Amino acid sequence: MTAPALRLQSARKVYGRGETEVVALESADLTVDAGEIVALVGPSGSGKTTLCSIAGALLTPTSGTVEVAGTDLSTMSEPRRARFRQQGVGFVFQSASLVPFLTARENLLVVDEMGPRRRAAARRRADDLLAELGLADRARNLPGQLSGGQRQRVAIGRALMNQPALVLFDEPTSALDSRTGESVMQLIRSELRRRGTAAIVVTHDARVTAYCDRSIRISDGRLDAAS
Amino acid sequence: MRLALLELRRRPSRFAGAATVLVLVAGLLVFLGGLADGLNANTDGALRIQSGDVVVFSAASQRSLPQSVVTAAEAQQVAAVPGVEAVGGIDLLQVGARLPGRGPRELVDVALFSFDIPLTDAVAPPPDGQVLADALLRERGVRLGTTMLLGPTRAPVVVAGFVTDSGYQGQGTLWGSRATFEAVRGEGRRADVLPRDAARVLVVRTAAGADAEAVARTIDATVGSTTTLTRAAAAAAVPDIGGAVFNALIGLTVLVGVIVVALFFILLTIERAALYGVLKAVGGRSRTLLAGVIAQATVLAALAGCLAVSAGVVTDAVLPPGGVPFELSPGRAVISVVLVLVAAMAGSTVSLRRIVRSDPASTIGRAT
Repeated sequence: MTAPALRLQSARKVYGRGETEVVALESADLTVDAGEIVALVGPSGSGKTTLCSIAGALLTPTSGTVEVAGTDLSTMSEPRRARFRQQGVGFVFQSASLVPFLTARENLLVVDEMGPRRRAAARRRADDLLAELGLADRARNLPGQLSGGQRQRVAIGRALMNQPALVLFDEPTSALDSRTGESVMQLIRSELRRRGTAAIVVTHDARVTAYCDRSIRISDGRLDAAS
Repeated sequence: MRLALLELRRRPSRFAGAATVLVLVAGLLVFLGGLADGLNANTDGALRIQSGDVVVFSAASQRSLPQSVVTAAEAQQVAAVPGVEAVGGIDLLQVGARLPGRGPRELVDVALFSFDIPLTDAVAPPPDGQVLADALLRERGVRLGTTMLLGPTRAPVVVAGFVTDSGYQGQGTLWGSRATFEAVRGEGRRADVLPRDAARVLVVRTAAGADAEAVARTIDATVGSTTTLTRAAAAAAVPDIGGAVFNALIGLTVLVGVIVVALFFILLTIERAALYGVLKAVGGRSRTLLAGVIAQATVLAALAGCLAVSAGVVTDAVLPPGGVPFELSPGRAVISVVLVLVAAMAGSTVSLRRIVRSDPASTIGRAT
């Protein structure tokens, strides 16, 4: 039986101590199955980013457990989490966050640069991904020479470079116009489906949730209803 | 690392400030070092061109050539020490020299040496009344066959040849026989300063296969009133001209370089905080990112060093002889480049704290 892409059990995250203590995530239980796309919806400051950071091995929970593809990240040291991030998860940030002085192809290869080097295999994979994302002819372009939608597609390619079990999208369409945003969401859905990759999509935009298998609402650090 | 070097190549303007500072620091290091070397180049040559292996000073002189007096009796004792093959004296007189065609007050400072044992390259004492001149004196107008009038006695000496790199404390030197030396000094002065047959120092050639340092120790143990040094140590004992000041300036320059480079790279690191967050999110480690910063600083420093050394070589070539005492040796060039590299690496390492603190979670919004 395949392990779920993500399993949070009673995950709690607290910042600060004493009077300055802030509970960012309260006893969160969440399971995302392999290949499932989940929208995480909630207002600013509700705990979306904290949940994503814990799921993406950027933060560890104060208590509770977090497993990604069967690997327990709850008590991992930062160096081990960094190694895990090299292969286990992918990220797509709000504003694409591409390295400005690298071409589209090189932005994908950054993942290989930061992790265990596979060089030729990585170059082949980068070329394949760019072709699949319709960016083969833009491979040598710098981010500044790409449109917003193209930049986000490069970011998606970068997130898929390490063939992760889980990809975390942080407001992937917020910097795009509605038409481009929709086409990016279609692309995300089709690419993830094709690979059987699970995803959490953090969004404020109700239109984005239509592309997801289910939506989870979060407010004041608590996961609410599922739909 | 590759990422950092690509940034350097594709975004050179971001590093213009740091590069400018490094070029200035490297240039200053080369210039100060060249000045120090230029000033000191003619300091100890008189001892370095001796062919003897050890130099005997009187113990009371504290290794100072002008203060030393070694008597004839002590010289005989030295000659009897096992391992000693030949002993010769050196005398020194610092005088003003009058050159033909110059005014009576236009004196050239020279150091007149007498010597017994041939100098390196088997240069033997010239006939009485003649001297060998240091090549440095060519810049002052001394030529082969020039007759110079030396000291208050205005004793004439004729230049019979030149030797190179034999300066003494910044002065050009003249090398003559004992008789020539005595003629310049005059009988009255010798009686005041040195006993008859005494020398300032003795130059000792050791027997083939003898250990110079062991012979030096034996000489001091046998005579009891001498300090004997190897030739290199004796040359090193000649005081530098402003060496400490230049070394302090060089140290200060390196320190300023470290501070300014540190500030530049801290600013760059702050600018790159978001980028570092992204790179950490995809698995980049702090040490990988720091290695990139250090690599950038090292490349900039190496380029700055090469540029400064090139400028130094040109300066050395175009400065007229006898003007600014600037001399750029390969060793000085290497030291300057190494110092600027050290300054750049030390300065860039200061970014470590900020790189470690850059939070990958912040790249997906403020953690809430």
